[in-house]
Formats: sequence, structure tokens, C-alpha cells
Amino acid sequence: MYQQPNEKGRYGIHGGQYMPETLMNAVIELEEAYDHYKKDEAFNTELAALYRDYAGRPSNLYFAKRMTDDLGGAKVYLKREDLNHTGAHKVNNCLGQVLLAKKMGKTRVIAETGAGQHGVATATVAALFGMECEIFMGAKDMERQALNVYRMRLLGAKVHPVESGTATLKDAVSDTLREWTNRIADTHYVLGSVMGPHPFPMIVRDFQAVISREAREQILEAEGRLPDAVLACVGGGSNAIGSFYHFIDDGEVRLIGCEAAGRGVDTAETAATIATGKLGIFHGMKSYFCQDEYGQIAPVYSISAGLDYPGVGPEHAALYDSGRAEYVAVTDEEAVEAFEYLSRTEGIIPAIESAHAVAYARKLVPTMKKDQIVVVTVSGRGDKDVAAIARYRGEDLHE
Amino acid sequence: MNDNVRRAFANGKAFIPFVTAGDPDLETTERLVYAMEEAGADLIELGIPFSDPTAEGPVIQAANERALSGGVTTDMIFDMVVRIRKKTDVPMVFMTYANVVYAYGNEAVRASARKGDPALLSKSGSGNDAEASGVKANLSADDKKAVTGGTRRFMEKMRQVGMDGLILPDVPFEEKGEFAGIAAENGLDFISLIAPTSHERIADIAKDAQGFVYCVSSLGVTGMRDTITTDIGAMVRLVKEAQDIPAAVGFGISNPAQARKMASQSDGVIVGSAIVRMIAEHGRDAAAPVAEYVRSMKDAVRDL
Repeated sequence: MYQQPNEKGRYGIHGGQYMPETLMNAVIELEEAYDHYKKDEAFNTELAALYRDYAGRPSNLYFAKRMTDDLGGAKVYLKREDLNHTGAHKVNNCLGQVLLAKKMGKTRVIAETGAGQHGVATATVAALFGMECEIFMGAKDMERQALNVYRMRLLGAKVHPVESGTATLKDAVSDTLREWTNRIADTHYVLGSVMGPHPFPMIVRDFQAVISREAREQILEAEGRLPDAVLACVGGGSNAIGSFYHFIDDGEVRLIGCEAAGRGVDTAETAATIATGKLGIFHGMKSYFCQDEYGQIAPVYSISAGLDYPGVGPEHAALYDSGRAEYVAVTDEEAVEAFEYLSRTEGIIPAIESAHAVAYARKLVPTMKKDQIVVVTVSGRGDKDVAAIARYRGEDLHE
Repeated sequence: MNDNVRRAFANGKAFIPFVTAGDPDLETTERLVYAMEEAGADLIELGIPFSDPTAEGPVIQAANERALSGGVTTDMIFDMVVRIRKKTDVPMVFMTYANVVYAYGNEAVRASARKGDPALLSKSGSGNDAEASGVKANLSADDKKAVTGGTRRFMEKMRQVGMDGLILPDVPFEEKGEFAGIAAENGLDFISLIAPTSHERIADIAKDAQGFVYCVSSLGVTGMRDTITTDIGAMVRLVKEAQDIPAAVGFGISNPAQARKMASQSDGVIVGSAIVRMIAEHGRDAAAPVAEYVRSMKDAVRDL
């Protein structure tokens, strides 16, 4: 039975708790609270009801017939996280963490956001629970995602521009950590991905594991057997770990994470951490990071703001080390083509993040047999990306 | 315990200034070290700049950015320490972030060629035997070396150039093993921090501490504060109950009155942002005003 992390928060050599002393009791308190509530029936009943009635779970596992016919290989199923309330998988984690924070007596939540999806999901759930909410977002990302900034404010959140460093996602994480050291007693940090210090990678994974719990049942129901491969995009890696988790013990199911290669893994403009990074310690965890020879964290690039992070969650790093999961790199151009492809072929506009997984499916599926099955997680919907893709194609749209 | 760090607490209450190495350039940093020692600094904290200094407030963040954009590297800082050690044996410790140490000289950038390699598909290791088996299938021999190689290279280099100790604010008690052991082998003190939120953790941290205990005075990140409300005296008492080791207070201290108050309840004070702000203002001419400031601060705490 796959059982990670160990009691020290380690996944193989990765993970751990590389945090300022000021926050150590906060993460220990969180770990204790989570250990308690994850076994608490009332908590789980409440969360299940929120997933069903508020988020709209279970999300569909949709047989993509036209894509299957077109690619001429394995059968393609899409796990439709884009159909969740707020339009992405992020809400799975936010509902779990904010409910936990509420049980812990916290009255205020803070969070980082890149493109704004996690910020919107956090602000949404904070509104639902009547909690104070502050979001930290890179100043550059605020410009690029003005609509999401307005959404968060509409939902009652305060949005702080982060000007430090590269003014993008990694700096937003740093500033949220700084804010947490400043105000701990009433505040929970709703970390948005399977990263940061233990217990965050475990908590976020457990809340996202609903994706593979459902997908496993759904594919058994539809096909009477497990899939041959599960594909998901990887930035920090929360939708991917959620998509993989309940298949990890099924050694015959290939688990494939699709990283953002940006302009290519042989260029400096990439965010493909497993392809180009090396071992490091950053943002509370030991894992793989894009960095220079002196351990300075590298500026990364991807057309997808949600994958634009210089690290990867420690559990992915360990799944890579053990060979249980594979990680591939997908370029901007391939992702944009897949974005357009899924829109035209299935009438589903995927998030540009999710399009990275669709892009690799287009390569893999034709090499497989017709009686094989591939599940691709569509982690979010692509409405937010339409203007950026238009710009990429040389059309200047203003929302 | 490193003898030089012990010596820092032998001249009355200690005054410990912090500067970011390479802000605005290494020549200035070198001059600042001499000037601060001359003005009475008992121990000097040299910051190795990091791209993402999560424990720092805006003043020291900006210093990190100035130093890095000036092209400063860890090796250039080691070279500067060699020059400094020809002139003075003033106690000096590095203050930086875990990755600067852990990744030092780890050249092995991992190959991307393995992506989608069909050979990987046959492997189905469950990865559940954690640290025992260490690094597995997909890591090459070079990668394995990288696991601890950087930390060891960094600490050996510290010893060679004559540094005395190291502060890593993102390495708490739970994770210090992989650093403190190698530091001790090299005669370096791995300095532990305690915070206002540490409470019952203080005993364990202090019992195992080396050199001195860095008492973080307030919640939040580094930076000047008007008032410090934490009961520093109580924190220091808990330290001393666990081990007879010096305790110095940092975060938020900027003027002689605050320094006096904090030093009266501890063995010394650490000042960073107030000095770094003067360096930001005076640039290459910062040595004289910083020396004057250090003198006033040391005078405020010396005879307590």
C-alpha cells in the first residue's frame, strides 16, 4: 500500500518543514488539527456535502468520442474538473482547507495566487464561510489578470500587489509566508498547491485526491477496467497528484505529469522543473527547483500563469525518483494548439494549464491500441485564457 | 563551540551588526567590516544574498536585490572573506537561506532526455521506503552526490576561508540535522533561532544550540519597529534553563534606547535593517556613518 509521507513529512528524500521558527508551531498545530479532523465523521460529512451541493461534484468523466476517433488510438476520457464551481480543481482544496481553518477557530484566511484561479477559489469559499480573506498576487500578474482581481474583490477579498522579486507567483508565495509570520493566531494560510512545508503537500493532496477517487470508480463503471494511462498538467502539481493518487498502487496504470516547457526545455524561458531543475530547498520543502549554480531561484516562464512556478511538489519529485510517475514537457505552442484542438473537436475550452495535458495526449494516444484507455484531467476551463491566446495568435482582444 | 563566537560575548553585552554582502558592492562590504569592527562590533553577520529571502522585510529584500543585480556570487563572497581574514579575526557568521548552502556547486542539472522514456514504464516502485533507500531509479550517480554534496562543499569552504558560524532562518530545529552535523565537523557554529511563538520548543532548541541563541524579538519579518512587546526576559530565561549559552536579540531594533532595553534582558543585540537602510542611503560612502552608528549602539549596551 502506497503510504506517503512518513511521519517527518518526507516523500523519499523530498518534503520536510524548512520554515522560519516563527511558523513552526503554526504548522504543527495545523498537522494536529488535520490528523484529528480527517478522521472526524462530522467533518467528512460536511465536506462531502459541500463538494456535492456547492462545488457540483462528482465531476463528469466524459468519453471524448470525437477526439478518440480523430486520434485513432486509445479511448480518451476527460475528467471534467472544469465543470466545478469556480471553474477549476482549486475549489476542492479550498473547501477542505477553509473548513478545517474554521474548525480550528481561525477567522481570517490568506493565500497566494498566480493567474488568480486559486485566489478566486479561496475568496469564494471565504465568502461562503463568512471569513476575512486577503490574497497576495504578483503585480505583473494583476495586470495580466485584471478580471480575476476584480472577481476576488467582488467576492469580498482584499488583493495585495506583490512588487518584490519577479512580481509573479513565487514572490506571491513568499509574501504570503511573510504575512503569515506577521499574524498567526487568527489566520490560516490556504496554500494552493501540493507544496510548501509539511503538512501542506499532504493536506492539499488529500483534498484533491477526490479527483482520482471518482475517476477510478467512474472508469470501472464505464469500462469495467482501469485506464492504461492518466495524464494531468503539473505546476506545483495539485491536480496531477489528485488525479494520480488512487492509481498509485495500480502499477499497470501509467501516471504522466505534463510540465510547462514554455519556449522549450533547452531555453531559459521554461518552467519545466523536473526536466530542467535540480535538487534544492525552497518555500518550505526539499524538491526539484529551477535554479542557477549558486542556488538562486531562476525566473521561469510559461504562457500559462498557473504553471509558472520554479518548483514542483515534493511528492511528484519522489514519484519521479522512484519511476512510478513520468514527467514530460509541453511547449507553449503545443499547449496553444491543444487549447484550440479541444475547443473545436469536443466543444470544450480547457484552461491553458490543462491544455498541456491535452497536448501530450495528442502525442501519446495515437501510439496506443484501440482497446487501451487514457484519462486526461481537464483541471480548469479556459474562459480566463481566451484573450491571452488571441494575443498569442496575433489578435488583440480587450476583455 | 567556535572559540571566535564565544569571544564575541566577552566584551560586555554584544553588539552584532548585519550587512548584506555585495550591497552595493563587495569593496564597500569589506570596508564596512573593518569600520564596524573598529567601532566596536563584537560579531559581524554577513548576509549572502538570496533571490527569495522569505524571512526579510522590504529593507533587506532590497539589499539582496541590489547585491544580486550587481553580480555578486557565493564564491566572490568567499574570496572577500579570504581578503578580510588577512586583516582581522573579528568573529563573523554567514546569514543566508538553506538553498544557498544545500545547492552550492551542485552542477548536475538534470537531463531532460529521459522524458517519456519507455524504459521507465516497467518501473513501478512504490517509493514508500523513504530515507532508508535514499535516492532511487531515476537519479544518476551525479544526482546522488548532489543530495548532500553542496552542504558539505559549502561548510568546508567556510572553514577554509575562516568563517565562524552560520545562520539559516529557514532551517528550524526539525531540519537542522543535515546542516548542524557537517557544520560541527568543520568547527562552525550552526546558530539556532527562537521566536515569540516558540514557547515549549525553546527548551529543546536551546539545549541543542551552538554559539549563541538568536532570539527573534517579534512576529513578522526583519525590519525596524517602534515597539517590541514580546517578553524577551522570559524567552532568555527559558534558554538559560536549558543551556548556559549566550542569547542575542534581533528583529526590529534600530536605536540605542531599544538596544539598551533588549540588551539588559539578554547578552546582546543584533541590528540589520537600520544599518542596511544607511547603506542604501550612503552607498559606497556608508562606512563612516555606519561606523558612527555602530559606536553609538555599542556604547549603549556595553556596560549593562
